Amino acid sequence: MRSLISKIFCFCMMAYLVLPAMALAAGGKASELVVVADTRRITGVMKYFANLYNTNILLFAVWAVVLTAAYGCFLGLVMDFFMSRTGLDLKSRKIIEH
Amino acid sequence: MDWLYMYMPIAGVEIFWPGLVLIGFSVGVIGGFFGMGGAWMVTPGLNILGFPMAFAIGTDIAHIAGKSMVSTMRHSKFGNVDYKLGFVMLAGTMVGIECGAQIVMYLERIGQVGKVVRWVYVVFLALIALMVFYDYYKAEKKKKAGIVDGEKGTEGITWYKTLHKINIPPMMHFKAAGFTCSAWLPIIVSYLTGVLAGFLGIGGGLLRMPALVYLIGCPTHIAVGTDLFEVMISGLYGAFTYTLKGRIELVAVFVMLTGAAIGAQIGTVATKYARGYGIRIAFGFAVLGCMISIILKQYKVDWAATTLILGTISIISIWICVVMFKGAAAELREKKLREQAASAYKS
Repeated sequence: MRSLISKIFCFCMMAYLVLPAMALAAGGKASELVVVADTRRITGVMKYFANLYNTNILLFAVWAVVLTAAYGCFLGLVMDFFMSRTGLDLKSRKIIEH
Repeated sequence: MDWLYMYMPIAGVEIFWPGLVLIGFSVGVIGGFFGMGGAWMVTPGLNILGFPMAFAIGTDIAHIAGKSMVSTMRHSKFGNVDYKLGFVMLAGTMVGIECGAQIVMYLERIGQVGKVVRWVYVVFLALIALMVFYDYYKAEKKKKAGIVDGEKGTEGITWYKTLHKINIPPMMHFKAAGFTCSAWLPIIVSYLTGVLAGFLGIGGGLLRMPALVYLIGCPTHIAVGTDLFEVMISGLYGAFTYTLKGRIELVAVFVMLTGAAIGAQIGTVATKYARGYGIRIAFGFAVLGCMISIILKQYKVDWAATTLILGTISIISIWICVVMFKGAAAELREKKLREQAASAYKS
């Protein structure tokens, strides 16, 4: 467990040092807003939603909320599946304030 | 290295997606541990990655809603969510947010909004930080004197005990939180925190969490879980309104959520191994970091504000990860020893 923690720590430190430079390589801040989604470079589902954003924002908003909630639920269940295999007791805890 | 950059069709920018996952992860850890959305942490991070500010706010709110859902599910299994209290408070919060927004519109008409909002925010954050540290100081003093007045250990500030004496009907019992009080107490407290949240343009977790602990009397762990439940609902509502304004990047929301789901597990499980006051003190430092960054922004030292926010996020999330992994390792060790002892006893 200790070696695993030290490996994770090393990875986090490396990522912390390397990621900012890579992030900045994206070209800095975008100052101008694009109010119409650019559908020329995308295909499939992405294109469908980009088109929906341009043509029917209300339906797009409903989709955004439903998909966010559904994806949140899905991730919660997937994580639950993995966490239950760690052997930790995830159903009880002791509340100690101080 | 092109594969590390993802095209965001609505915002029209190429974004370094591992950066999105990392932001999601960190805020997932912190949000799951403190019971707040963490918009003040995500928005500057998204802005650094290249998101225009308007898209950063909408994307952030939608991500917070999804992330809070993952955290609430985990907290719920621990028994940390008082749904009854959450629903009662939701009514006060919604009305309060609307009233707060009306005050902002009034200030906008007289041209004072930016300055007033920022300074009110700073004053409240200062008061919260002061209250948290004073509470710890008082509890520590009591503990040294051998006074144990709370059911779950020594407590510093106990204003909620006085407020629980208010007997205006209907009286309500909140089972998970473990107290009975007038229904008006959580309604009024949530209304006031809602007014402030609407006025300041924030989700409100930063104000609601301490209010739940100090004014309503929730144990810290229940306050964290119940607050996340509220953040989830208000986040979904916020996501809807921001999307109607066209200020959301759905692809980024999903990428961030993937990181946040893992982070939320770590943050939430870490609460199991932390004492209530450990959570409160770390929360106090997060509030302090947020306050100083706003003051720096007010004086246009943006680079220092951003560095401070990112530094605070990194330190606090690493600390929470350490708490979680250490606690989990100790629990698994104990479990193994128990199993070994049981098998030795049988043989």
